[in-house]
Amino acid sequence: MSESYTPRPSQLFRNLTAKIASIPMILVASVIFVGGTAWTVLYSFTNSRLLPKLSFVGLDQYYRLWSTPRWLISIENLVTYGILSLIFSLLIGFILAALLDQKIRFENTFRTIYLYPFALSFIVTGVIWQWILNPDFGIQHVVRGFGWESFTFNPLYTKEIVIYGILFAGLWQGTGLVMCLMLAGLRGIDQEIWKAARIDGIPMWKTYLFIVIPMMRPVFITTLVIIASGIVRVYDLVVAQTSGGPALASEVPAKYVYDYMFAAQNLGQGFAASTMMLLTVAIVIVPWAYLEFGRRR
Amino acid sequence: MRYKTLTAAFAASTISFIGAASAADLEVTHWWTSGGESAAVAEFAKAFDATGNHWVDGAIAGGGNTARPVMISRITGGDPMGATQFNTGRQAEELVAAGLMRDLTDLATKEKWAEVIRPKSLLDGCTVDGKVYCVVVNIHSWQWLWLSNKAFADAGVPVPKNWDEFVAAAPALEKAGKIPLAIGGQPWQTTGAFNVLIPAIAGKDIFLKVYKDKDETVAAGPEIAKVFKAADDARKMSAKSNVQDWNQATNLVITGQAGGQIMGDWAQGEFQVAGQVAGKDYTCLPGLGVNELISTGGDSFYFPKLNDPEKTKAQEVLASTMLSPATQVAFNLKKGSVPVRGDVDLAAANDCMKKGLAILDKGNIIPDTNQLMTEDTNNQLNDLFVEFWKTPSMTPEEAQKRYAEIIAAAD
Repeated sequence: MSESYTPRPSQLFRNLTAKIASIPMILVASVIFVGGTAWTVLYSFTNSRLLPKLSFVGLDQYYRLWSTPRWLISIENLVTYGILSLIFSLLIGFILAALLDQKIRFENTFRTIYLYPFALSFIVTGVIWQWILNPDFGIQHVVRGFGWESFTFNPLYTKEIVIYGILFAGLWQGTGLVMCLMLAGLRGIDQEIWKAARIDGIPMWKTYLFIVIPMMRPVFITTLVIIASGIVRVYDLVVAQTSGGPALASEVPAKYVYDYMFAAQNLGQGFAASTMMLLTVAIVIVPWAYLEFGRRR
Repeated sequence: MRYKTLTAAFAASTISFIGAASAADLEVTHWWTSGGESAAVAEFAKAFDATGNHWVDGAIAGGGNTARPVMISRITGGDPMGATQFNTGRQAEELVAAGLMRDLTDLATKEKWAEVIRPKSLLDGCTVDGKVYCVVVNIHSWQWLWLSNKAFADAGVPVPKNWDEFVAAAPALEKAGKIPLAIGGQPWQTTGAFNVLIPAIAGKDIFLKVYKDKDETVAAGPEIAKVFKAADDARKMSAKSNVQDWNQATNLVITGQAGGQIMGDWAQGEFQVAGQVAGKDYTCLPGLGVNELISTGGDSFYFPKLNDPEKTKAQEVLASTMLSPATQVAFNLKKGSVPVRGDVDLAAANDCMKKGLAILDKGNIIPDTNQLMTEDTNNQLNDLFVEFWKTPSMTPEEAQKRYAEIIAAAD
């Protein structure tokens, strides 16, 4: 009799300890990430200056944002930097990993050398490359010292190519990590597959391209997310190398956000710009996440 | 100890109530880091330490645009310093409105700031609803053209007496391998140069119509078009100038590698540190030698509200030390700026500073752009002018159109 009254254990209390343990993380995620984002978006519709205040001006901040030449230059730079950085860091990272995977000697040493730049912050990387690319004491100076007087290599002070100077520093810093991730992926491939491919007489490059890379899909996705998030928030590298110059030629969106929020004391404008950055990321991430996770249901 | 404090205080200053001060450490943040500037700020520190308190130097390198965000986030984030520099004008208006800054009205009345500070418009910059919130420490004017006598001697042309002669001398300077006009890459420098060209080329009324009344038709009109034409000349003359900071640009003038620089009177501190003599090694032309006008910008110190009563007391001591006649003279001579008090002895002032004082006495003054416009507008102008300056293909007409749009949207 009494047994039949035993209530079904409530869903709420299943795995209670695990749920309690995750409360802090849930709070952090909802209050700081979601709450902070919602707050930013809300205030981007106000004309807040130095201090946030709720006096709504509709879409004014967004109209101003999209008619500001500096913002348009920033977006253009981000697209150039983003696409090239994505392609080249994946390409170079994978090639380096594939080369290291050939059971060479001193693999540890090479791996350390390639990964070393990643241990440096973007500020240090930026300063190093600012010096290397500086015409007065960098590469140009050294080559001219060898006697080639007319040699000109001055990317950081040339408007048209300055973004490539920044891209170069970014790649130098980031490809080591990509290489490591790729190498881990390559090591995860079963040796039997290599043996089978060799018996079938498939050339090595074909094995990589059509068998190994498709098998490494999860590694590629992880790498992609890491690189992409690095691209969107690129800021310190630009500040250290060029501070957005010459003129506005190497401005990026994150710098626009910072400058207008703090230096120009115009929070509304900065919030509008950061909301646009969020929107851009969402446009890329949401369809991908839908395809990736949605279809398994 | 107390005896020492008292004697030192009396020696340093004539302000009587300092004797009652109790000692406290006070952190003061500012962005004075170049050679001349840090020599000047050391005078403040010396005078304040002499009152028995201790000046904790909070210099933030990288110029005002880098320093102000740090200062503001410390104040709004609940970690206020004892005192902080801002430019005289609207930079701190919202902090005052939010009640984060200390009201200094009592001290101001007691020491009769309204009578000693000249011109009167300076104190207005510190006054909100009849209450005084800051101490103005100096008058800086932007409207100066600094010329290297050596560069012109090397080029074989006489030192120009006004802007037009300077433009005419540019080809000779270039032939001699000099940069005619030195301008650093920091955006505020190009905006500053343009704002100096307005009163010199178009006159005081136009300057006020654009920046005070925000009249967009004037900003798009023929007078400002002339200024853009002059800015186009300046842009060509500075094309080879490859430095970043303003003091590096001044250094090009000091060493004779560049003909001249449009820069505020703080540049004078650099000439002084380099041991140069006005009139002999370098020449200064207020108002670019055309319209002898100077603006009355400068620096002010604000005192955030603090909980510690000792520090609060020390804030008052610091405020009155900064304004005391002895400190005013010592500080401003090093800084290259003009004291805010009319009642101090400036026999030690050099040639250029005397020129500035004479113009000030005549009342040929204009407000500083920081007093007229918000940082938001100033930043938009910075973005425009740095692009204009470094993009030879951008026409003056195109830039003027964007300029008028910014003025129309300003508040």
